[in-house]
Amino acid sequence: MSKRGAAATLTLPVGKRDHIQGPGGAAVTLVEYGDYECPHCGRAYPIVKAIQQRMGPRLRFVYRNFPLRESHPHAQRAAEAAEAAGAQGKFWEMHDRLFERQFALDGEYLIEYAGDLGLDVGRFRKELGDGVYEPRVREDFRSGVTSGVNGTPSFFINGVRHDDSWELEPLLAALEAAVATR
Amino acid sequence: MADTNAVAAGPLPAGSQAPEFTLQSAPNQTISLRDYRGKPVILAFYPADWSPVCGDQMALYNEVLSEFEGYGARLLGISVDGAWCHRAFADQRRLHFPLLADFEPKGAVARQYGVYRDGDGFAERALFVIDGDGIVRWSYVSPIDVNPGADGILRALETLAGERTPA
Repeated sequence: MSKRGAAATLTLPVGKRDHIQGPGGAAVTLVEYGDYECPHCGRAYPIVKAIQQRMGPRLRFVYRNFPLRESHPHAQRAAEAAEAAGAQGKFWEMHDRLFERQFALDGEYLIEYAGDLGLDVGRFRKELGDGVYEPRVREDFRSGVTSGVNGTPSFFINGVRHDDSWELEPLLAALEAAVATR
Repeated sequence: MADTNAVAAGPLPAGSQAPEFTLQSAPNQTISLRDYRGKPVILAFYPADWSPVCGDQMALYNEVLSEFEGYGARLLGISVDGAWCHRAFADQRRLHFPLLADFEPKGAVARQYGVYRDGDGFAERALFVIDGDGIVRWSYVSPIDVNPGADGILRALETLAGERTPA
């Protein structure tokens, strides 16, 4: 059973549980496994935004959590904060805020962001304190591990791990190629 | 990392007896493969300590360690770096598993497993899952610049665990 270089694929298909931007019928789906404290993910964040702008409704974008807890002490809690915001209908607003404020992810900042976004801060604080979204973040993480996530960020294009560069032009080209071969 | 040199002979395939070894795990300590008899062992050969953050293979395995241990498996990282280098690397990345120094004679264990890159002077990114009887049950070589992730290891451990539990 020895082999070389088979492409890793998503073991958990994109579905109702996911945070999704873009239409269900989009030509191509980009899934990111990311960590809010990872500097590389911070750099990928505006790249994904630019790609979304360029591709418009042809692209569906999904974000899943892959906090590297040993390397990034705030990553797990930040991921739970985004989920807690999601429970109040503001996942993407919090996702964006966290990537834009990567340098300030301490607990009190998370509460502050919840207030800025107009969330019910009492509920947010309680859910975060109770670790309500910890299992959900772990589930994302496990799905990433079994899918071959090998660091952050990891991208999957139509379910296949993208092993090339995720700089704007190569990532866009790979997505366009996936559209073309559909 | 340049991929200009001849690749290794190829990893020992499933079914092979895993070659025994004793290597330094710390400046004054050694680990032998036989220490782990009765438990699955994951051998993760990698080119070098100090590859870039976040995408780093050993840092990833550190995060997944509890999943491996759920199968009763032990993880050993191996590269040609020396024990002092490993220690600094493991401290800095807060790694919770041993890194073995395949340092003298350089790459000898990697050669035995068929995953030494002669021209480069370091090991492939090669994974072996060895069962409790010391038999290689799964092996995999990733392209040198691609972190192989942990999915293949987990599938191999799952298969092993399935064999032990009669259906």
